[in-house]
Amino acid sequence: MWLNPSNPQLNKKGELHHLLTLEGLPAEILWQILDTAKSFVGTKVKKVPLLRGKSVFNVFFEPSTRTRTTFEIAAKRLSADVINLNVTVSSQSKGESLLDTVDNLSAMHADMFVVRHGESGAPHFIARHVAPDIHVINAGDGRHSHPTQGLLDMYTIRHYKKDFSSLRVAIVGDVLHSRVARSQIHAFATLGCPEIRVIAPKTLLPAQVEQLGVHVFHDMRQGLKDVDVVTMLRLQNERMQGALLPSAQEFYKYYGLTEDKLAAAKPDAIVLHPGPMNRGVEIDSSVADGKQSVILPQVTFGIAIRMAVMSIMAGNK
Amino acid sequence: MKIHIKGGRLIDPKSGVDAKKDVYVAAGKIASIGEPPGGWSANRVIDAAGLVVCPGLVDLAARLREPGFEYLATLESEMDAAVAGGVTSLACPPDTDPPLDEPGLVEMLKSRAKNLNRARVYPVGALTQGLKGERLTEMAELVDAGCVAFSQADAPFADTQVFYHALQYAATFGFPVWLRPQDPPLARHGVAHDGQVATRFGLPGIPVCAETVALATIFILARETGARVHLARLSSAEGVEMVRQAKRQGLAITCDIAIHHAHLTEMDIGYFDSNSRLDPPLRGSRDRDALRAALADGTVDALCSDHTPVDDDAKQLPFAEAEAGATGLELLLPLTLKWAEESKAKLPAAIARITSEAARVLGIDAGHLTPGHAADICIFDPDQHWKVEPGALKSQGKNTPFIGIELRGRVRHTLVDGQVVYEAK
Repeated sequence: MWLNPSNPQLNKKGELHHLLTLEGLPAEILWQILDTAKSFVGTKVKKVPLLRGKSVFNVFFEPSTRTRTTFEIAAKRLSADVINLNVTVSSQSKGESLLDTVDNLSAMHADMFVVRHGESGAPHFIARHVAPDIHVINAGDGRHSHPTQGLLDMYTIRHYKKDFSSLRVAIVGDVLHSRVARSQIHAFATLGCPEIRVIAPKTLLPAQVEQLGVHVFHDMRQGLKDVDVVTMLRLQNERMQGALLPSAQEFYKYYGLTEDKLAAAKPDAIVLHPGPMNRGVEIDSSVADGKQSVILPQVTFGIAIRMAVMSIMAGNK
Repeated sequence: MKIHIKGGRLIDPKSGVDAKKDVYVAAGKIASIGEPPGGWSANRVIDAAGLVVCPGLVDLAARLREPGFEYLATLESEMDAAVAGGVTSLACPPDTDPPLDEPGLVEMLKSRAKNLNRARVYPVGALTQGLKGERLTEMAELVDAGCVAFSQADAPFADTQVFYHALQYAATFGFPVWLRPQDPPLARHGVAHDGQVATRFGLPGIPVCAETVALATIFILARETGARVHLARLSSAEGVEMVRQAKRQGLAITCDIAIHHAHLTEMDIGYFDSNSRLDPPLRGSRDRDALRAALADGTVDALCSDHTPVDDDAKQLPFAEAEAGATGLELLLPLTLKWAEESKAKLPAAIARITSEAARVLGIDAGHLTPGHAADICIFDPDQHWKVEPGALKSQGKNTPFIGIELRGRVRHTLVDGQVVYEAK
């Protein structure tokens, strides 16, 4: 064991400098973000000057509508100047290296990069190479992490369930490819959630997933029994092309969330989904639109979470 | 040139010598050991007091990047790196561009290397044309040109039948076949050991079964064809146990591991450090410990540098996009010594893994100090500490997970054919 670098997300004072993953972040920082977000949700004021004069660059190497838009709204409500860069169709296709792209954007005096990239670890790489005063926020990297999504999920759960210390939670579906699942698992563990379950066929679970502190279920009804929170993961269509699953129909039959399967959970269980949903593949419309669904509030809280993250980081020198 | 190497601790694993003895070199050969030959007068005396004098190191895998990848390294830079690391004989894999699949390419490489007058180069020829895994190369011709073995490098065979025939054909002439045990489909898209780190980081994994499935196939085909197989770079506890069993059952196989895998684990990926992006991937600590134990008990015959200079641009990328490989020629000795120290292996036994044992695998007359034989010698200071820094490496590849690490053991003089080809400043 040679390499033991310090946590690249924290500054020398132990404050949040970059938000790259929820793994390894102290609970106090997570609570600070959740509490700050709450203050934004509560306020009637549409615009606050916390990021006035700052430039936030949304650098998306992978297409996204929802996440990019909520980051943009959040930054604008904090009075920042927002620049959206869809890098998939510009420099990268001309063969410019990621490092060159980052250098060029830094030279444009960015204060904050919001980065989405198809490769796990790309935001870490960018954070290592930007000037020390620039903040990097991971808006989703490969299968690795999507920390603001994880945080908004925690916010939503806290909103409905108040306390994590007695919750039984289940994450269902394509855990293997899911950055949302990884983010939630780390956040649940840090916030003191006593029982985290994952429910999926073996082909959609990563190696040694139990090492993350989760209980593995392959049977959905057993896995959902008496849970308080259900997170359904998006099943991407391309997963059908390999040999991971035989068909969307069979997946729906065994792992799609229907009212019938949800009945195994506690009667007041809530249902989350990071979106965009595949209705009839991982979730039935009657559940997605039903009274236990908190999928739309997730989106609303997502803006407050992103405001909280940006304003906290901007205040940390 | 007559050289007197004076006052050193002579370690020659092959003859079992470990004693303070002088070495006398004349006309490119070892003239005598212990006592000077009659009428001796030296042109030069090398004071080896406090130093170890051992056979020049034999490295089973060093990519020189010629032909085809000269922008990554030149033969000259890598041969400098070799002798600076005490390496006097090295085998280079055929995955150049074009691959070493024609006698002309092999002759050219051999003669260019010879003209540089540093380490001896032993090309491993391509087993199939263009390493495409479809048609066999002219193996007998390639051996005449200087190839010592044949390998498919990391390229797949089109199918198992080609693999089977390649082994049959090589076995006809008794040519050794070097195989990297990894089932290509099971490793597809993988960039890290399929274990807890890959799971945490969301990196596509290479499962251990990619190695064990390949080993099972290799063992069956080796038995069937009688081919002499060398297994290049094992990575897992399960894999090394299979090799141990196969050897016990009398299968004539040899194997090596890379220096990185004797020391590092998946945890050393740190925060997506692309310097730790290696093929095969760094596996768990259980695997690493099993490889170290197998090195000690002889299941693993040799340690190699798996020297792979990679361009900075190809490493300055997110982990999965970065090119695999690390520079290693100059780290082979200190990392072998480090393994010996940590495993409480005796120094001669450790040195055997990078001299006499490696030469036995390679089938060459090297890796020992015997009067009348070529004077390929490494003289090193076992106690000198040095820090691995990119600027201090002679290799054009500056990429290694060991950057910034302090290691012990530094080469002071390297002799090839009785000539001093490297001297530390």
